[in-house]
Amino acid sequence: MSKDLIEQIVNNVLQGRRNKDDEGIEEGMTGDPGVAELVQKALDSGTDTNDILLNGLSRGMELVGEKYETGEYFIPDMLTAAEAVEEGMKVMEPHLVKGEGGSGKGKVVMATVEKDLHDIGKNLVSIMLKGAGFTVVDLGIDVPAARIAEAAEEEGAGLVGLSALLNTTMSNMGDVVKELEQKGLRDKVKVLIGGAPTSEDFAKEIGADSYGKDAFAAIREAEKLLK
Amino acid sequence: MSERGIVVHKPYARLSREQMEMIDKASLDLLENPGILCYHEESVTMLEKAGATAKATREGEHDAWWVSIPAKVVKQALDTVPATVTLGARNPENKVILEAEGNRVHFGSGSETNYWLEVKPEKFTSTEDGRERVLPIMKRNRGSLEYLCRSAHLSEQLENLDFFIRNVNVQDTDVTTENKDVNVFFAALNNITKPVVSGVADFDQLEQVVKMAEIIVGGRDELVKNPVVSFITSVVKSPLQIVAETAEKLIAIARLGLPVVISTSPQGGSTAPIDEVGMVAQVNAEALAGITINQLANPGAPVIYGAVPVRARMDDLHDMYGVPEFCHYNMDCAQMARYYKVPCYSTAGVGDAKVPGIQASVEKMYTYTAVPFAAPGLVHYAFGLLDKTQTFSPEQAVLDNHKIGMAKFLHRESGITEEAIERTKKTVQEVMHSPYRMYARYARGMLRRGEIFGGFPFEGESEDQDQTLLNVHEHLKELEAREPQYLSEDVCKEIFDKIPGLLPRLNPYK
Ligand code: B12
Repeated sequence: MSKDLIEQIVNNVLQGRRNKDDEGIEEGMTGDPGVAELVQKALDSGTDTNDILLNGLSRGMELVGEKYETGEYFIPDMLTAAEAVEEGMKVMEPHLVKGEGGSGKGKVVMATVEKDLHDIGKNLVSIMLKGAGFTVVDLGIDVPAARIAEAAEEEGAGLVGLSALLNTTMSNMGDVVKELEQKGLRDKVKVLIGGAPTSEDFAKEIGADSYGKDAFAAIREAEKLLK
Repeated sequence: MSERGIVVHKPYARLSREQMEMIDKASLDLLENPGILCYHEESVTMLEKAGATAKATREGEHDAWWVSIPAKVVKQALDTVPATVTLGARNPENKVILEAEGNRVHFGSGSETNYWLEVKPEKFTSTEDGRERVLPIMKRNRGSLEYLCRSAHLSEQLENLDFFIRNVNVQDTDVTTENKDVNVFFAALNNITKPVVSGVADFDQLEQVVKMAEIIVGGRDELVKNPVVSFITSVVKSPLQIVAETAEKLIAIARLGLPVVISTSPQGGSTAPIDEVGMVAQVNAEALAGITINQLANPGAPVIYGAVPVRARMDDLHDMYGVPEFCHYNMDCAQMARYYKVPCYSTAGVGDAKVPGIQASVEKMYTYTAVPFAAPGLVHYAFGLLDKTQTFSPEQAVLDNHKIGMAKFLHRESGITEEAIERTKKTVQEVMHSPYRMYARYARGMLRRGEIFGGFPFEGESEDQDQTLLNVHEHLKELEAREPQYLSEDVCKEIFDKIPGLLPRLNPYK
């Protein structure tokens, strides 16, 4: 029974179905239980939370990644699947023991820096990080450096992810590093940056820990930094 | 009457009248529900006064309002939009006159690319046949004021470029937020006598930019008559959000009575539906929201319907310009603008390719040909843009100038008249009774009158190598060597005396 449920969770992640109202990639799935209902059912039937997390949600997302690599899946499939995983995580949350898998692979505060409104790339990164099992607190766009540092502290985040698309705003990323230093948080909170005008060199220049060229690099770097 | 651009005699009507009415209705319905999410309080107040309802909310770190705009508010605003908008120019012969219901299409540059692509010919010896060949080597450099001056000067030389939107994002270390606008506007205005259209980065510099333009034309009234600068405001953040800082600029520009493009650039598949119906319904609603705010701020202010709908690339969600959907979206928007009797700003010619070459040529030629068929008044992004607007290549701009020439030539009239038919019959009769039965002599008149298309000017001689880019590179050097048409010494002096923040190295008389 629970094995079957886990299989169904994997399949519904692949189909990107958050709940029963969602359509899948295949026709005729609307109305069938989606990830949220299936996770609830699995919990009700006493399935181990780790089993749901690793063999269900994470496994599903891994398969999605593989399908993307082979060209069968595209970014919209990835985003939709990641949203389904996020729904599953929400249902799981109250059942997870604090500290142990409580925030999955770790907590990330994401933001587009002050005076910058671009968020397509940042949202993509946020959603994909969630799909990969990170807990993401997304502060949105045009967020002042002080607010980002404050949120990192409040949330106890291990990583801050910063996005900028304008060469006039990318310097604000350096301000976030400085704010974290001033708050004495810099050794606890890593900084990962991204966005078209930024680069590895720029990350070094402002004292960030790493740069990610796209959402996949973001996951790789986040995993490294939060190990 | 403006002689620039090209008249498209029978604009292609992709949408039927009923379909346009359906889109109109859909857009108006969307403006009512869900309405717009507006981050700018003054805009909300104006909209409420006009009959909209607003509800305060909080989005992340910011105050915002859900504003439901009834159709009548939008329609009233549309009633006051002027049907003709003039983009002024230092040389009055270069003015661009946009008539909402006219069919004249103008091509221009844009937009702020981070990189300038340098082409350098370099000699290589083949390990295959031992022969030496020259190949174009490319290098991306960060944009600078110097590059901006060069691109404005080059744009002056390109005969198919009708208006200038700065296409290089300046990243000099001595250019700051506080002095950027005055310097980039001066760099443009000092190097080109065609209309300069541009965004303003910093609200506080708008006044200085306008003052600079007034010095050039000789006062505020002159500027309104001959607006040598016009503006672009990306006031909409798709989907359906109004950006506070830009709305502020939009309102200020409207009150100055200067032309402004309301630019909205949703990406089908991420910030707008990817299907044509969904995209057009939304982008049209967004353009209408911007126009409404503009007209509420100053009824009758010159405004341009700017829609830059693009498609998302499915494997990385970056913009895609060289695809059929892009043409569909843009042709539909040109039709919608005409439906509302508002001049239209559209897009063609961006290469998704990173460097000049086969891919860039395919993508560019495709949209240069398709989009103008719908006869939008302005086609921007048309010169030198590569890597989906991240890179500007001057060689590519020269190539694009030629491609646009081809696209324009397509719209020449057929010339079929009673008189021409009679002439044709006579010619055929004559030739049939002539010794060689050749039409060569009859081609000469058209040839001399410039009525025969010149062919590809950068053709190479080589049989084993494409030399186009090398030839364009040589031609570019000639164009760049032409004498610049700087502002007069007096005008420059007055500008440098009165406008703070200008960098002395931009003054040609120093
Ligand atoms: C869409 C867009 C907009 C939309 C934004 C909509 C939105 N919801 O974000 C709107 C219309 C609002 C907009 C406004 C403006 N824009 Co804009 N915009 C773009 C555009 C076309 C695409 C950006 C995008 O979404 N790309 C797709 C995503 C998927 O890619 P991405 O953001 O790079 O993200 C990827 C990576 O960089 C990375 N990444 C991103 N963030 C992070 C974070 C971390 C931690 C990591 C690890 C990785 C990472 O992963 C992502 C996924 O692969 C670019 C052009 C371009 N080609 O980049 C211009 C561009 C960025 N804009 C530009 C400009 C000038 C502006 C404006 C000033 C006015 C104008 N001319 O339009 C305003 C400024 C507003 C403001 N204050 O921010 C210029 C910037 C030049 C410069 N100064 O540097 C560009 C380059 C266009 C151009 N050539 O003129 N813009």
